[in-house]
Amino acid sequence: MPHFAIIAVSILFDGLAYAMFLFITSVGLSVTMGLMGFVNLAHGAFAMAGGYIVVSLTRNLGIGFVPSLAVAAVTVGAVSVVFERGLYRRLYKATDLEQVLLTIGLAFMAIATATYLYGPIPKSVPLPEWLQGDINLGFRSFPSYRAFLIVLGVVLVTVLWYAFERTNIGAKIRAAVDNRRMAESVGINVDLLFTLTFAVGSGLAALGGGLAIQLFGLSPSFAVLYLVLFLIVVAVGGLGSLKGTLMAALVIGIIDTGGKYLLAEAGGFFIYAITVVVLLIKPAGFYGRE
Amino acid sequence: MKLMKYLGAAALALAVTGTANAENVKIGVVLPFSGANADLGQQMDKAFDLYVKLHAKDIAPNTVELIKRDEGPPTGAQAKTVATELITNDKVNMLAGFSFSPSSIALAPVVTQAKIPMVISNAGTAWITNLSPYIVRLSFSMWHHGYPMGAFAYDKIGCKTAALAYTDFPPGKDSTEAFKTGFEKAGGKIVDSVPLGSPVQVPDFTPYFQKIKDEKPDCMYVFIPSGAHATGVTKAYGELGMRKAGVKLIGPMDLIPDNKLQDMGDAAIGTIVMGNYAVDLENAENKAFNEEWHKAYGKDSYPDFMSAAAWDSMHAIFDAIKKLNGKVDDGAKVVDAMKGWSTNGPRGHVMIDADTRDIVQDEHAMEVIRKPDGKLGIKVLGTTKAVKDECKVQKIGRCAS
Repeated sequence: MPHFAIIAVSILFDGLAYAMFLFITSVGLSVTMGLMGFVNLAHGAFAMAGGYIVVSLTRNLGIGFVPSLAVAAVTVGAVSVVFERGLYRRLYKATDLEQVLLTIGLAFMAIATATYLYGPIPKSVPLPEWLQGDINLGFRSFPSYRAFLIVLGVVLVTVLWYAFERTNIGAKIRAAVDNRRMAESVGINVDLLFTLTFAVGSGLAALGGGLAIQLFGLSPSFAVLYLVLFLIVVAVGGLGSLKGTLMAALVIGIIDTGGKYLLAEAGGFFIYAITVVVLLIKPAGFYGRE
Repeated sequence: MKLMKYLGAAALALAVTGTANAENVKIGVVLPFSGANADLGQQMDKAFDLYVKLHAKDIAPNTVELIKRDEGPPTGAQAKTVATELITNDKVNMLAGFSFSPSSIALAPVVTQAKIPMVISNAGTAWITNLSPYIVRLSFSMWHHGYPMGAFAYDKIGCKTAALAYTDFPPGKDSTEAFKTGFEKAGGKIVDSVPLGSPVQVPDFTPYFQKIKDEKPDCMYVFIPSGAHATGVTKAYGELGMRKAGVKLIGPMDLIPDNKLQDMGDAAIGTIVMGNYAVDLENAENKAFNEEWHKAYGKDSYPDFMSAAAWDSMHAIFDAIKKLNGKVDDGAKVVDAMKGWSTNGPRGHVMIDADTRDIVQDEHAMEVIRKPDGKLGIKVLGTTKAVKDECKVQKIGRCAS
């Protein structure tokens, strides 16, 4: 295989793995913003909580990495309902600024709580044997953890796509995103729908947080440090769009990886360049409502 | 009668201040307590507190008061704000701490103007000490590790070619420049130099390292601001199977901070670093330091090179207070008292060079090994005594002025 082809494959592979992480973590944020127009800056805090649950389960209780991911996603999803019912719903009709203040406040409280419980030293997780090391494809070897990310990402995309496009609930969600008042007037309980999607979105964020430990390490500041990244994915993809979030994650993941590989001097420039260009051409993102 | 009573009280008051004569020295501590690098702040803060707790009696009847502020992210702006506040509002007598070079660089003109001594316990860009006559550095210069590592890598590790990778801020450029100077002088060839993004967040290192892996150098010299980045580097390096592919991981000791080493796992084994401290370093002072540390913070908490530098920083400050008998209002005198100061600390024998106000210390080449007790640790491969900051010795670039 010629050299440039190997490089291209390599960038695609790493970029895809990165994109899957971005998709899993951001999709919940996109749907909740599209559905309720609610700006949830504490989304990263849910991801961080998932990460710390995975750390505790694997390191203190000796539970496997993959089951821990599942437990973290379910737990955070369930707990997020308490926040949604108890705090968030009071501000659905409030201004953006009030929503931002509440949720960024929650994020800071989450950081302080995590620092108190776990300390500021970054945590890592023990991975099972089959996720360490690499897979050799002859012309090139690939880290098996990244292959796992890609497989998991593809499975989740398929499941979410099916749920969104082919089930009754999915149709209701799409209807509510398109025109909430209309949806309500035909008898769809948008409130309940929102609680459900919020829980699923937060659970996915927690899953993303657990997956991120191996990529970035986990420290309390995770709650806000990577939030900009998630917001960029949501903005570029368009609010409330599954397809858009996936597209945005792919474009940003692959171009960022390629930029780092081919032109490291430009650093994080590419992500912002894409964001600016996309939003100039399509201010509502790839699939957002204009 | 009443008058007599007042006079008596006044005389008594005079007598009291006359005999006690104790000074309370205010020290502004500026360390990162938030953000991605909060644990660096904790490592130094714990060492400061421990030293003060154990040695407060050394400066009696004088006392010290630590006023702590958050250094913030490694960009300098917040550090400058809080330090200026410490100087003007809290009227501190001196400043200590400083994880990051940008903070120290931003603050240099302020301490010059205020005539306040600034004791640096970490920030390692070589030319920082030239920026103000009030700066005294107890940690290291990037050249302490980088420069000798160049020759060691070529002669002893067998690196004929090397790629550089560094976090894109002043100490990163400085550290790789130091290594490059030593490495090329020894006969080595640098094949690539890759910036790894900003120090504010830990990036995904994989694409960068994948590129270096494809270039097949013998060694990869990496500088990152320790902390969370260090764990990320080891992970990406291990995941990509770079050691198996023949690319050795080398760098300054920031790659393997003691408090994160146990977490790094097998991927870290075989990493070779140049540095001034490790928990496993054998000397009596280090043993005592570790025992006190574990007693105070538990058996799972480890000091690291930053803690050792912070410990020695407070030691130097205490000795200066003692020497001046608590009269620390004149910043220049405090700095003078520290010039030529030396001690045997956890890092072995250290001295403050009177001309440069930078530290002179032993440097060790260390390899990460799995110890017989199953824990990760280091093995010293070689030691150079009394190493000075080579950047200032050779007057290279900004170190000349």
